[in-house]
Amino acid sequence: MASVEVLLGSVDQIPKGEGRTFRVADREIAVFLTAEGEVYATQAFCPHRRGPLADGLLGGTVLMCPLHDRTFDLKSGCGTSHEQLGLATYPARVSEGQIWLRPEPTLAREAAE
Amino acid sequence: MSKQRLVVVGNGMAGARAVEEVLARGGAEMFDIVMFGDEPYGNYNRILLSEILNGTQDADGITMNPLSWYAENGITLHAGHRVEKIDRAAKVVVSNRGARERYDKLMIATGSRAFIPPMQGARMEDGSLKPGVFGYRTIADCQQIVDYARRSKVAVTIGGGLLGLEAARSMTVLGCESHVVHLAGHLMEMQLDVTAGGILKKTIEGMNIRVHTSKLTTEVLGIDKVEGLRFKDGTELPCDLVIVAAGIRPNSEIGQFSGLTVERAIVVNDHMQSVDDRDIYVVGECAQHRGRLYGLVAPLYEQAKVFAEHITRTKVDAAYHGSKLATKLKVMGVELASMGITDPADDNDEVVQFTEPKRGTYKKLIVRDGRLVGGILMGDIAKAPFLMQAFAQDAPLPEERLSLMFDLGTPSAKVTYDEMPAESQVCNCNGVTKAGIAACVAAGATTSKAVMTQTRAGMGCGACKGEVTELVSWLLGGEVEEDPSVHYYVPTIPLRKPELMKEVVARGLKSVSAVFRELGNGEVDPGAKPALASLLITVWKGEYDDERDARFINDRVHANIQKDGTFSVVPEMPGGVCTPDELVRIGQVAQKYNVPLVKLTGGQRVDLVGLKKDDLPKIWSDLGFKAGYAWGKSYRTCKSCIGTDFCRFGLGDSMGFAQRIERRYRGIDSPAKLKLATAGCPRNCSEAYVKDVGFVAVGDGKWEIYVGGAAGAHIRKGDLLTTAQDETEAMLIGSRFMQFYRENAKWKERTYTFMERVGLERVRAVVVEDSEGICADLDAAMEASIAATVDPWLEAVAPKTANQFTSVIPTKEEV
Repeated sequence: MASVEVLLGSVDQIPKGEGRTFRVADREIAVFLTAEGEVYATQAFCPHRRGPLADGLLGGTVLMCPLHDRTFDLKSGCGTSHEQLGLATYPARVSEGQIWLRPEPTLAREAAE
Repeated sequence: MSKQRLVVVGNGMAGARAVEEVLARGGAEMFDIVMFGDEPYGNYNRILLSEILNGTQDADGITMNPLSWYAENGITLHAGHRVEKIDRAAKVVVSNRGARERYDKLMIATGSRAFIPPMQGARMEDGSLKPGVFGYRTIADCQQIVDYARRSKVAVTIGGGLLGLEAARSMTVLGCESHVVHLAGHLMEMQLDVTAGGILKKTIEGMNIRVHTSKLTTEVLGIDKVEGLRFKDGTELPCDLVIVAAGIRPNSEIGQFSGLTVERAIVVNDHMQSVDDRDIYVVGECAQHRGRLYGLVAPLYEQAKVFAEHITRTKVDAAYHGSKLATKLKVMGVELASMGITDPADDNDEVVQFTEPKRGTYKKLIVRDGRLVGGILMGDIAKAPFLMQAFAQDAPLPEERLSLMFDLGTPSAKVTYDEMPAESQVCNCNGVTKAGIAACVAAGATTSKAVMTQTRAGMGCGACKGEVTELVSWLLGGEVEEDPSVHYYVPTIPLRKPELMKEVVARGLKSVSAVFRELGNGEVDPGAKPALASLLITVWKGEYDDERDARFINDRVHANIQKDGTFSVVPEMPGGVCTPDELVRIGQVAQKYNVPLVKLTGGQRVDLVGLKKDDLPKIWSDLGFKAGYAWGKSYRTCKSCIGTDFCRFGLGDSMGFAQRIERRYRGIDSPAKLKLATAGCPRNCSEAYVKDVGFVAVGDGKWEIYVGGAAGAHIRKGDLLTTAQDETEAMLIGSRFMQFYRENAKWKERTYTFMERVGLERVRAVVVEDSEGICADLDAAMEASIAATVDPWLEAVAPKTANQFTSVIPTKEEV
């Protein structure tokens, strides 16, 4: 069931190395722009204590939640400080300076995948 | 695309845990979650019910998920609703109070209820239990028992299993004469053999509890309330309170009504799905897996994990293969471990046994084909972790059987933990291994409490708390010394702070990204970014290249993030003094923005708490104050007493001095927060003795300067650095101390730790006596830093980054 890609607008809405929260239909999604210019999207709130992930710190593709320093890899959604935690991720891409996102969550896979 | 609906019937330990496992995997993005619970509360730890009974905890104390947890996680909870019907065709469940919820996926975790064995006179005509007869399964049961016990003299517990024995113990605590009546020939026959049961009986009788074994209760005596029990052998026991703890029965009727296959409980496959309906999962005591039912918490949690992995598709082949039952418990102060069978099946089973009845010690192992198939440890359970591991993994045992039961040659605890295999399970309730605890410690946990909170080890029955604590201290002791990176300013750059500062200056690195690029190993540690930003600001001052992504959120929006993602705003208020007009303005802003909380801070300012990020710029503009820097690793505030203006005892102008301090150092970044105070006399009303820097007026214009004080989580009186001859000198030496600290303290190292590390003598030599000839440099550096600070609230009208204060950016769905 392929859902329709959504246009989030210009990539300039997100400063490099930071995240912003977007509302897409019925949900909020955190979207990050890495220092290298790649975009990643995840669920908006930390699975630990619901910290706003877009307010976190980004290093490469590792994100640190602002409330209690839980860390996650944005590519897989896997928890890197606490492996029992994981984030839902959304496929996102930049095309001609515009961010496109498919609002279809993928949950963090086991390391094997 | 909308979410699927996951409806969970049952809000006990299995149901709530299963939902937690789903959320931990990001499942909130996939499902809208609705839960039904029969009881009118959140989820609580049923294992600890005896603590309610004996009064050591109240209901809050054993709560694991309070009602607020459901709201915070967007879960709709119907508490106090019993689901009566599942319409599988329409995919709808209906509760006894009329709540209807549609589902895409359904999870049944209805658990079990107390089994009341058939006894004449146990119930009244309307089917309710006779007054004085109680089941023992819920908080409500316990509260009623406690209430009734106040009016009772003799209490009998039917059932001599773990629950029954704990209930009987609680009855003695409540002042009743306590009896246990047990059907089998010895106590806890599921976990113990005859010998162990006999030893336990003696121990329990020593606690003033009378134990009656091989007794079948046939009748509850009394017309309108309990007056006694009659047994099959014809004997009677007068009593006025009866607790029935004779086992549990699964609540599987919901499966029968809904047309699911139910044998002893609802039958499931290895994915914990009903064998009849792939959209219905069943977890916990109401599930029957490969012919077996499980009532211990560890298997329930394993099932919950498999369920979560499977339903979220994070592990599509997640499967439950059944659990081998091994348990460690503490019954009435007696430590006990039990696994597998309690008696040999035939002559080929090898039995290894040790008994020391006087001390209540008993050990028995049953070995088949060189592998452990059963075991009982009582009194001394030191070998339990090893044996339970061997049992669970079906591992071959050493030929030397004696070493299975005893630690010979008294090895130290260090050797034991060293030898302990990484996958060895420490907490059986939550399935936490030695490796899991080690990983948590490696990730930065420094206390056993932190480890327990993060891994959940010790948070089930609590029997392993001691072991977790020992293991954590062993891990900390062992690893702290080996890791050279503890001395690095940030973990991925192998330089101490002074070396790093030199390198940064020599290479002209003015931004965090430049430091990582030039000195790092290619890896950008997000936690290290704010540390480097702080260092670069101290080094470069106005020339620092302020990349906002390197700053913690507080420093990006100049406010303090709260647990719910809102922010707090603290206007500057030098010396805790403001004009009536300013106070009115703060009040008007608080009203205008509907501030949820207005609170005076410990630093004599006003805190407006619970504000939306989007409102921050408008609030700053309306306030017309400068920023109070209450969010940062920086100079925070200077408290003062009323000083010489009005006070009868004041020796120095503490209020004026505090204001001059604040106007000078506002916005100065530092390795950790700096909280200052000035006191007009040694009565110390403003607590200057316990501040990072405190000034105390002692007369003749002189000020004592105290540094490294603390009165937070850590309490320390500051060290008397020197006595300055006047305010100008006090300001100068205080300034030098702060600059020396800024250049030499580790990231997040408060002055109280810094002083103990560097030493008062050295600090005094440098900043008072100028022993290293750097005072002029320190003074110049501080002056340059002060000159470079800009009020960050000016960004209200000139934001620094795109959407800096936007909490949510709206989008329109387009193709």
